[in-house]
Amino acid sequence: MKRILKPRERERMLGTLYSAPMGLWFTLFFTIPISIIILYSFLKRGLYGGVEWEFSLSAYRQMFNPSFAKVLFRTVWISIISTLFCLLIALPCGYAMAKSKHQTFLLFLIIIPFWTNSLIRIYAWISILSSEGFLNTLLKNLGLIDQSLSLIYNNQAVIVVLIYMYLPFAILPLFTTIDKFDFSLLDAARDLGATKLESIIKVMIPNIKSGVSTAFIFTFIPIFGAYTVPLLVGGKDSTMIGNIIVDQVSKTRNWPLASAFSMVLTLISLIGVFWMLYSGKKELHQEKNNQQALEQNIKTHHSQRGKK
Amino acid sequence: MSHHRNTLKTSFSFSYTMLSLVIVFLFIPLFVVVFFSFNSVKGMQWESASLIWYKTLIYESPSLWAAFRNSLLIAFTSSISATILGSLAAIGIKWYRFKGRSYITTVSYLPMVLPEVIIGISMLIFFSAVKIRLGLFTIFVAHTTFNLPFVFMMVSARLDEFDYSTLEAARDLGANERQTLLKVIVPSIIPAVLSGFLMCITMSLEDFVITFFVSGPGSGTLPLYVYSMIRYGVSPVINALTFVMILGTMLIAFFFRKFLKTVAASS
Repeated sequence: MKRILKPRERERMLGTLYSAPMGLWFTLFFTIPISIIILYSFLKRGLYGGVEWEFSLSAYRQMFNPSFAKVLFRTVWISIISTLFCLLIALPCGYAMAKSKHQTFLLFLIIIPFWTNSLIRIYAWISILSSEGFLNTLLKNLGLIDQSLSLIYNNQAVIVVLIYMYLPFAILPLFTTIDKFDFSLLDAARDLGATKLESIIKVMIPNIKSGVSTAFIFTFIPIFGAYTVPLLVGGKDSTMIGNIIVDQVSKTRNWPLASAFSMVLTLISLIGVFWMLYSGKKELHQEKNNQQALEQNIKTHHSQRGKK
Repeated sequence: MSHHRNTLKTSFSFSYTMLSLVIVFLFIPLFVVVFFSFNSVKGMQWESASLIWYKTLIYESPSLWAAFRNSLLIAFTSSISATILGSLAAIGIKWYRFKGRSYITTVSYLPMVLPEVIIGISMLIFFSAVKIRLGLFTIFVAHTTFNLPFVFMMVSARLDEFDYSTLEAARDLGANERQTLLKVIVPSIIPAVLSGFLMCITMSLEDFVITFFVSGPGSGTLPLYVYSMIRYGVSPVINALTFVMILGTMLIAFFFRKFLKTVAASS
């Protein structure tokens, strides 16, 4: 006989049935691995790689070693500069795309390089910037220089290539939010006497805040955790946190230290993400409030008219 | 008034100029590489047009093709498993209330936002802790994990627009759970499922950092192969490969043309 389930029970069972496989997958291959990293960061380094099961804060203490602190500091400033450039460049681009009649085509143009293999894109920059590369050869052929300029293997090259790699991450969310923006608000602001720039700064930017924060997070986090770009186009003094983590795992085999650095990266990313979600929610909340206020106004207006 | 119109025009052209410059900036490196793939000699000094590097790429690079086969295998298997798991979970999360719902939602969001290095390292440490040999299987697991959030998000977004009353109508008309799933839900979310699947394929073929950590000897994918070549310096064979890969990307993006806005919204 078939047992008939109560609706609540049935709902619970079906929901679990549909979602459990993914839930289990993430628990096994995401939650547990991340927990292991958290655990390892508080353990002692094993003699031959691995860990010793003894509580210790030495990994966190090691992070303040001047040479590591320098890398942390460098990672922060390189990330901030590259992210700011990305945002400043992406804003007008998102605006132009949202205004354009050829959105699909423009999206196509942004997405093609974005989807091309990241190593290939880094390789393209190596072949442009290296001492026998395209730019140096071109300048020599034009007779502008005799000796190759050193354009690669320094921090500037890292920043340029990072901007190149992550610019689409900033353009796409900005485009999406600006596309939803009600442009008649700009006209209204301009009718009330604001200049074009004023209306954009005072009316549009506050309205697309969630897009700006998404763009910021989606560029800042991957840049902060960058590994390949500093490795392949950076010099000796361009190492970033990502490179330290990998070196600690594969060369020095200091797993607790690698885990501790990973914790820093994870925490900073999480703070960013929660900030983004929070600002998005707040905006939604405000919108709802505005809507409610508007409805309330309309209602009172109607009731007043009814009384009359 | 004329002053107004003037400023409007200049700032309009400012954003368009910026966009054009950015598109040029995004494409120039690729054009340079593709251009020199037709050079008859190595290096950035143009000699004469030739297809020699394409010949080398096609006929004399067996290990590159082996890596490419690995890449395809991983891309398809991981995308299929991610698409199935992610779509089902999206249905469960959107329509039912049950224990662990918010845990799954949170955890499905995180792999997408954490830096790749973290995902790679945590998996490497996990696999060595439970003593699973690194190889194609571990790459498959890693790729499924970073692909899942994208499918989950794209299908969830589609379900947000789904009219719940059609589901009740199907039930009222006597459809059982399996029939509702196959005849009502699946057809309406299939565009999102497909675009999620294609997204997975692209991400999987693209990934270097995470694969780098979880691959073992002999299980190298194409990006890993490219990496080992880049470390030896500039090679015209990579130039030829670049052109082939760009053509491939354009093909995928062309398939995607209807979903490009969804992609923009989700990435």
